[in-house]
Amino acid sequence: MENQSVAQIQSLIKLVPLFPLFGFLLNGLFNKRMPERFAGWLASLCVFISFVLSLWAFFLLKGLPVEARSVQAIWFDWIITGPFSASFSFLYDPLSAVMMLVVTGVGFLIHVYSIGYMHRDGGVSRYFSYLNLFTFSMLALVMANNLLLLYLGWEGVGLCSYLLIGFWFHKKSAADAGKKAFIVNRIGDFGFALGIMLLFWTLAGAGHPTINLVEISRLAPEILGGTGVVTVITLLLFLGATGKSAQIPLYVWLPDAMEGPTPVSALIHAATMVTAGVYMVSRLSALYVLAPISMAVVAIIGATTALYAASIGTVQNDIKRVLAYSTISQLGYMFLACGVGAFASGIFHLMTHAFFKALLFMGAGSVMHALAGELDMRKMGGVKKYMPATFMTMLIGTLAISGVPLLSGFFSKDEILFKAFTSPQGSPILWIAGILAAILTAFYMFRLIFMTFFGRSRMDPEVEHHAHESPRVMTVPLMILAFLAIIGGYIGLPEALGGGNWFEHFLAPVFAGEHTAAREMAPVPHSMEYLLLISSILAAAIGILVAYSFYIANPERPKRLAERFSDLYNTVLNKYYIDEFYNAIVVQPIIIVALFFWKITDVRGIDAAANGLANLIGWFSNKFRFVQTGLVRNYALLFVIGVVVLMGFVLLR
Amino acid sequence: MSFAIFFILAILAVGAAVMVITTKSPVSSALYLVLVMCSLAGLFVLLGALFLAALQIIVYAGAIMVLFLFVIMLLNLRRDEFGHDSHLIQKYLGFVLVVVILVQGIVIVGWAMKDYSATSSLAPIEGTPVDYNSAHWVARTLFTKYAYPFEVTSVLLLAAMIGAVVIARKKRLPDIENEEG
Amino acid sequence: MVPLGYFIVLSSVLFSIGVWGVLRSRNAIIIFMGIELMLNAVNLALIAFSSNMRQILTRFVQGVSPSEAADIIGSAMASGQVLVFLVMTVAAAEAAVGLAIIISIYRLKDSVNVDDVNIMKW
Repeated sequence: MENQSVAQIQSLIKLVPLFPLFGFLLNGLFNKRMPERFAGWLASLCVFISFVLSLWAFFLLKGLPVEARSVQAIWFDWIITGPFSASFSFLYDPLSAVMMLVVTGVGFLIHVYSIGYMHRDGGVSRYFSYLNLFTFSMLALVMANNLLLLYLGWEGVGLCSYLLIGFWFHKKSAADAGKKAFIVNRIGDFGFALGIMLLFWTLAGAGHPTINLVEISRLAPEILGGTGVVTVITLLLFLGATGKSAQIPLYVWLPDAMEGPTPVSALIHAATMVTAGVYMVSRLSALYVLAPISMAVVAIIGATTALYAASIGTVQNDIKRVLAYSTISQLGYMFLACGVGAFASGIFHLMTHAFFKALLFMGAGSVMHALAGELDMRKMGGVKKYMPATFMTMLIGTLAISGVPLLSGFFSKDEILFKAFTSPQGSPILWIAGILAAILTAFYMFRLIFMTFFGRSRMDPEVEHHAHESPRVMTVPLMILAFLAIIGGYIGLPEALGGGNWFEHFLAPVFAGEHTAAREMAPVPHSMEYLLLISSILAAAIGILVAYSFYIANPERPKRLAERFSDLYNTVLNKYYIDEFYNAIVVQPIIIVALFFWKITDVRGIDAAANGLANLIGWFSNKFRFVQTGLVRNYALLFVIGVVVLMGFVLLR
Repeated sequence: MSFAIFFILAILAVGAAVMVITTKSPVSSALYLVLVMCSLAGLFVLLGALFLAALQIIVYAGAIMVLFLFVIMLLNLRRDEFGHDSHLIQKYLGFVLVVVILVQGIVIVGWAMKDYSATSSLAPIEGTPVDYNSAHWVARTLFTKYAYPFEVTSVLLLAAMIGAVVIARKKRLPDIENEEG
Repeated sequence: MVPLGYFIVLSSVLFSIGVWGVLRSRNAIIIFMGIELMLNAVNLALIAFSSNMRQILTRFVQGVSPSEAADIIGSAMASGQVLVFLVMTVAAAEAAVGLAIIISIYRLKDSVNVDDVNIMKW
């Protein structure tokens, strides 16, 4: 019975990435001839089939006994050389099951939404082919059973991110944003690659040349435990994670990435790609728990980023920028969780965040769609009477992200804060940072809702005249996601509130066998847990009330405060001038070096050499052609000269 | 005795050769060349290659030179009336090269070989009772050891014949002739 | 017995005269004659060498039976002459074709001055 399930799982998971790949090929190859509606529905169907297959596999996995919940299946052999071999093969265990469901499920909803959003765009089938390619790469990433395939997926999603951010490539700002995303990611990827290589080298040196994830988790304690190299490896890997998941210092690409179509922002920069870093750290938790320093670094960066990004989000006026900084902030929470050893909580928040953040982005897209592309919240207001469905769903999303009780965000965020406080690797300082960020989160999210949907209309009259609710193909996914945002948290209901925290137990075997400190800690009294719970609720309440007072009760207050603290306000508004800083420190020197290589080395050096050689030969030929006088006698003369020389040689020997 | 014959024939050959080049009339050149061939035939006899001496007269003097004379007559070449050639390098370098070749041949090859004596087949050699019959031996060797080159040369002659006919043919162009006519 | 060296010297002289003819004549026919002269000089040399083989080989055939000795010497001597035979054949073929070419050029240029045939130049 068990073997049969395992075999079934193996076949299923091999099929899952195939459908998006197939969709990519079809949409990509038949780009010109693909009718618009067909492209969208085809792509969505492929992802839907993947979702169904993932769901089926999930149920089969649940049916297996806990120890057996790790299935590997091989698609084809890829590289086989000597001691090193890598194949396109997949690992299916609770963690990848969760990730696959999130990627395909939320991905499907976003595909459907895109059909409406990208209507009449002109590059629709190209868009859907990229989306499918992205889905394929992301699935490869989360399903990979070895680091090389994971890296392939990693790079693949980076590529698709570039393609999709710069989708409207005629717009310079979009093309630049795409380049920025790719280049900044590359820096992280460099660290990631070095980490993988160092890991492989260390393992090979100890006699186990493998990059199989299961093997690594198994071998890590004995080979790497207590060494310094594991810290270096994990830090390098984390560098890659900061790039992909937009943490300090490599987050700068994410706000610019809002140049892409909004569904892209929803899928890639909220729900899936940016979570790849969190997934990677969790997957390699066996390595991280052996390097407490790295864990501390991860936690600190996570908390700092959460607070920092939230602060920037409070003053942005572009609706998508607010959400972008919110994403960075929430990712910080996930890394905070991983850093204190609560990997399951990090993944839990990843899942709930996927629900409500995708919802929020798609809602924002819906608003933009209705208001003819308007992004500036200062030019919105009172939209709720035109778009009731969008309003309701966005409100639900906002409540969820703010950590209002009974919605999913509350459970996941609270869990992280709890673990941050109580875990042996946590600390109260981290908890305070988390709480502050929570206050700010609630504040800026409600600011967004109030500015957009409530109050007097500040809309352009022309725009207001055409404002309308979005078509069903866009609002239905919103509603589904809103539903998930509400109930999604209950699978992680902590024991303190009566639930059995099913989610954490489900994921436990993946992080087990390693001495996750959170596992070993003494059970915390429920009273402490309740206290922390109340603090989270209070934080949310404070944020909401301040937002209300600023934007509903006294709309003048924000402006006056901004004027009073204008320097501080401007600094935060300009994202602490980080882009300018990077530009001066990093970009300009590189440009100077590149210019040098171009003007001097390439033009004057190499081109001159190549052209010079050609010119030399030309000059020489020009001089030499006079040998051909056309006179037979001269040729005979040359003959005889040759004969004489030869005779001379022979006779002189 | 053979020395004397040798010298007479040698002087004759060299003298006639020089006259071939220097004389003004092409017909005279051809006739002088015939003289060269004949003296060479004599030298062949002196060396014991009787068959080849005969061949020399028949083929070279008899066929090839006759062909030359035919062509000279056909082209109706008169005495050489050409002006002075202006290529100085040709003149001087040519002179130098001729001298060099001469020197190379005489000094290097000839001087090294001066002690070898070429024998006439008319005097029998000790130890070899048989009389050396040049035609017999040439035929034997030609048709056994060198049978393949022999056949190939026949093909060569065929090719030369066809080539000569084709090249020297007066081109008939019926279309143009009809148009002009 | 005339020493071999004399024949070689004579051959060289004739050869050089032939080279002189080729390099310094303007008349194509004379050039051809120079070539024939060169060929003849070479023929002379070849026959001289081949006749000389008898003397060289006689020293080597002391221990062999007379008929075999005769065989070896005979075919050694004949080889040089066979080569001359072939040279003559080729010379004949070459003369035929060459003269045909000269005729052809004469038809075109109405002259046998080789300096007039100089179109294929730079």
